[in-house]
Amino acid sequence: MLRINCPVCGTRDETEFTYGGDATVVRPAMDETRAQLWLDYVFNRDNPRGPHTEYWHHVQGCRQWLVMERNTLTHEVGECHLAKEAC
Amino acid sequence: MAGQRLKQGGRIDRRKTLNVRFDGRKLQAHPGDTLASALIASGEMIVARGFKYHRARGVYAAGSEDPNALVHLRTGARHEPNARATTTQVFDGLESFAQNSWPDVRFDASAGIGLLSPFLSAGFYYKTFIGPFKGTRYWMFCESFIRKAAGMGRAVKINDPDNYDKLNAFCDLLVVGGGASGLSAALTAGRAGADVILVDQDFEPGGSLLSQPVGEASDDWLEDVLLELKSLTNVRILTRTTAFGAYDEDVYGLIENVSDHLLAPENDQPRQRYWLVRSKQAVLATGAIERPLVFANNDLPGVMLAGAVQTYVNRFGVLPGQRIVLSSNNNSAAQVALHLARAGADVTLCDARPTLPAELSDPLLAAGVTLLTGKLVIKAIGRRKVNAALIVPVDAAGRATGAAQKVTCDVIGLSGGWSPVVHLWSQRFKKPVFDDNSGSFIPAELGRETVKCAGRMVAAQTLADRIASGVTAAQAALADLSLDAVDTSVPAAPALPFDTGWADDILPVWSVTDAKGKTLGKAFVDIQHDVKLTDIDQAHREGYVSVEHLKRYTTSGMATDQGKTSNIIALARMAELSGKTIPQTGTTTFRPPYTPVAIGALVGHEHGLHFTATRYSPIHDWHLAQGAKMTEAGAWMRPWYYPDGSETLSEAYRREAAHVRQHVGIVDVSTLGKIAVQGPDAAEFLNRVYINGWKSLKSGRLRYGVMLREDGYVMDDGATACLGENDYFMSTTTANAARVLAFAEHLLQTAWKDMKVHVTTVTDQWAAFAVAGPKARDLLQSVVSGADLSREAMPNNHFVNAVINGIPVRIHRMSYSGELAYEVYVASGYAQQVWNALHAAGTPFNLKPYGTEAMGALRIEKGHVAGPEIEGRTTLNDLGLNGFASSKKPFVGSVLRGREVLTEASRPTLVGLELGSAQGAKSGSLIYAKGVAAKGHGEGWVSSTTWSPALGKYIALALVQSGKSRTGEEVQVVNHLENQTLSAKIVSSHFYDPAGERQNA
Repeated sequence: MLRINCPVCGTRDETEFTYGGDATVVRPAMDETRAQLWLDYVFNRDNPRGPHTEYWHHVQGCRQWLVMERNTLTHEVGECHLAKEAC
Repeated sequence: MAGQRLKQGGRIDRRKTLNVRFDGRKLQAHPGDTLASALIASGEMIVARGFKYHRARGVYAAGSEDPNALVHLRTGARHEPNARATTTQVFDGLESFAQNSWPDVRFDASAGIGLLSPFLSAGFYYKTFIGPFKGTRYWMFCESFIRKAAGMGRAVKINDPDNYDKLNAFCDLLVVGGGASGLSAALTAGRAGADVILVDQDFEPGGSLLSQPVGEASDDWLEDVLLELKSLTNVRILTRTTAFGAYDEDVYGLIENVSDHLLAPENDQPRQRYWLVRSKQAVLATGAIERPLVFANNDLPGVMLAGAVQTYVNRFGVLPGQRIVLSSNNNSAAQVALHLARAGADVTLCDARPTLPAELSDPLLAAGVTLLTGKLVIKAIGRRKVNAALIVPVDAAGRATGAAQKVTCDVIGLSGGWSPVVHLWSQRFKKPVFDDNSGSFIPAELGRETVKCAGRMVAAQTLADRIASGVTAAQAALADLSLDAVDTSVPAAPALPFDTGWADDILPVWSVTDAKGKTLGKAFVDIQHDVKLTDIDQAHREGYVSVEHLKRYTTSGMATDQGKTSNIIALARMAELSGKTIPQTGTTTFRPPYTPVAIGALVGHEHGLHFTATRYSPIHDWHLAQGAKMTEAGAWMRPWYYPDGSETLSEAYRREAAHVRQHVGIVDVSTLGKIAVQGPDAAEFLNRVYINGWKSLKSGRLRYGVMLREDGYVMDDGATACLGENDYFMSTTTANAARVLAFAEHLLQTAWKDMKVHVTTVTDQWAAFAVAGPKARDLLQSVVSGADLSREAMPNNHFVNAVINGIPVRIHRMSYSGELAYEVYVASGYAQQVWNALHAAGTPFNLKPYGTEAMGALRIEKGHVAGPEIEGRTTLNDLGLNGFASSKKPFVGSVLRGREVLTEASRPTLVGLELGSAQGAKSGSLIYAKGVAAKGHGEGWVSSTTWSPALGKYIALALVQSGKSRTGEEVQVVNHLENQTLSAKIVSSHFYDPAGERQNA
């Protein structure tokens, strides 16, 4: 089981969170009309072996969306910060 | 000669005798015994029957690795199959039974199946039952018979009367294993002030030290260490507790057998407790399991692991036989031979090695042990139990090099070296590495890890080395915890005779065969699953190369013991046959659990009502008091219908729905999702997430809205009210409330960070009731103060703040039923009072409550979509909601809803169906054109179905290809599950009052 260090609540069990997928995808601007960009945002994902930057939602806690580093090979968890504070 | 209890020795209390039975026969059992030691002491040689061949089996080991002695425990609801006799602590009143045998384990009628063994080799089931015939029907037919003949214990279907507990725990250091190295680690860390949990699967800590004779110097060491450990308040010692799983981020699963050693749990204690431990550091000191040698008839009762024989003698005071032959390839059997000779047995030690060093052989000879060097047992002789051992001179590969000799004996003890228990380490990290020195798999050096290993698990050999490695591991853990080890001088290791370990000079022989490499009869690798050495050979001949494939094809290592004694032998044989080394061949993956875990323990209290949270409306109790039948809606309980007397569901909902259309009804809709959307950008936010426009919505108004998912499919619908500038009250469907909120949070926290909007769930803060029917206005106006509900003052899609019986409420005018209708919102805490006030005022208007079934009937009559239509695969156009979509602004999903597959003209679209039959259509029925064969997926499906009181017939909503253009067409409605075909006419989905005159009244 992962233990996720929520910046608001502290280190909590994975079971309090839901997974939100790749956090490096950027949502197109609202007025974007090119379908391909939307398709990339919604569907197209890499499946990296190793470091992965991903969203987790502290749905049973502070309800913040977090951006967390996780190694898909070792399951090692790295840095974790609030999504809304990400650069 | 069978096993017998010694007059003295052992860690048992001879003054007390316990009433313990096996197949009804009374055993000689004392406190401190396991069921296995009691069985041996009572001369019960045959305790089980083999999985496939029903061969007689006896106790083989003394710990959780035993493949043989699986028994039924207890009777009635507490009956438990596949319990290991070797780890079952006896108690007064314990009843145990042999499994997989009839009429009796000693004379099993199915034993003749062994004659069929040439046909039951590896892959037999695949080849025989799956290969020759297409499909699985033949296999399914045969399986029922095979399952009866083969197999293990029998479960009962009676509910388990006991409680199981679940506990979350935290600590600095988890020490797994209470042997010499684990105790040393725990003491070192405990002295430094670390928060330590020490677990051991046994009911007594001490590990292999308990297998030393009582009074040996190790007893003093153990006593000193335990005394000090128990005095440390920062050390928790859990016995009867197995660490079965090691997970990411240093989380461990433990099972504590709280009451398994009792007839029934006492003092409201649970039967078992599941610990989920989050530990900063761990020391694994899980010990090692002795490896057998494989030879003909090696499953005969009386064949045991050498270390187990030693344990039964020294710990339980039971001598398993009078004449004991030990067959070994390493030094560890020497101590066994010495202890057995001292206990009075006639001992012959066969050792594969040509010579033994004098420091081993001299004391053995002096103790009367017969030494046969360069020799091993090639066959166990006997029917149902060992009578003699056939011993041959062997070469370094275990092949016979000369004539055999027969030695009469009743026990054959085996030692082929030891396998460190690397399971937990491997579960957590990766496959272990092969250590040539000790001939075993050990943990690899990883460097950075929070898990340290100690003792036999890292192939530490002497007691002094094991103790030292425990101290070292604890010191490393303390350093990582930034704690100073204050005193590392744990009591010095006591001197033991022949404290040699197994690694030095081991001759890695795995099996004993004739000169051509053949066994002299059935030689089992996996004794629990009846996998023979020849099955491995066959798999090799048939081209199996990978150990993972070998395992699955032969099923070696796949029984309840997970091959603790057998896996390495199978892969050593594989390596030998393929001309590779063991490291080249590799090992299979270790997965949790280490030993079988009762599902009940993992479930804990989370069953029945506690399986998941149940949500109740604030007036739930009123519904129950009215005799409402309740139904589950996600986590919610909702009133389904309110039967009048003995009414059925069908009768009740028809009456309730008709009543709403004639008079007035009230339904509890508190379960609707409610989200407060607040902030300067709230209107813009709504404009983005809903398909329709929101900028023009004025305070005091509400609007129906539809949301899409990012991929362009419909996600949810509901009404949102503008309470004031920057303050909106969104409602969602009951089912999608959590999803909509999480989605909104995601957008606001990731993509739209600059928007000044807060979304907060207020579902539980507000109760809501829909009051619907021609008399709804009259009723409400009679009870409400401070609001004008007239048609002119309050048209549809308006709301007003008002007061009912002094309680503030908000009244929305919005209709789901198609009747003149209002939704009354009230703070949850006052919900019951307002509900009561409405009922009191409703008497002259003939107000009746209605449930979700009638609510469904009413909305189907109106053609309103709900969950069965918004099911994740439908578009706006499919559902006839296209008209709501704004063309002036982008919204979530607005681009991707234009994808080709989402806009194909042939997509099924929403229609109504009128059934001419006396039966309604089942939801999920498929639609076929008239006259065509009802094959394949059809041209659509029925989504919602009801009897329409207003129309006096069965109707349904359906999604049908090119549906809108097929109005008037007769179609077949086919329920393939129940072989029912109905005829229906495609009509508009707006069955009733399509102009909406009633709701605008």
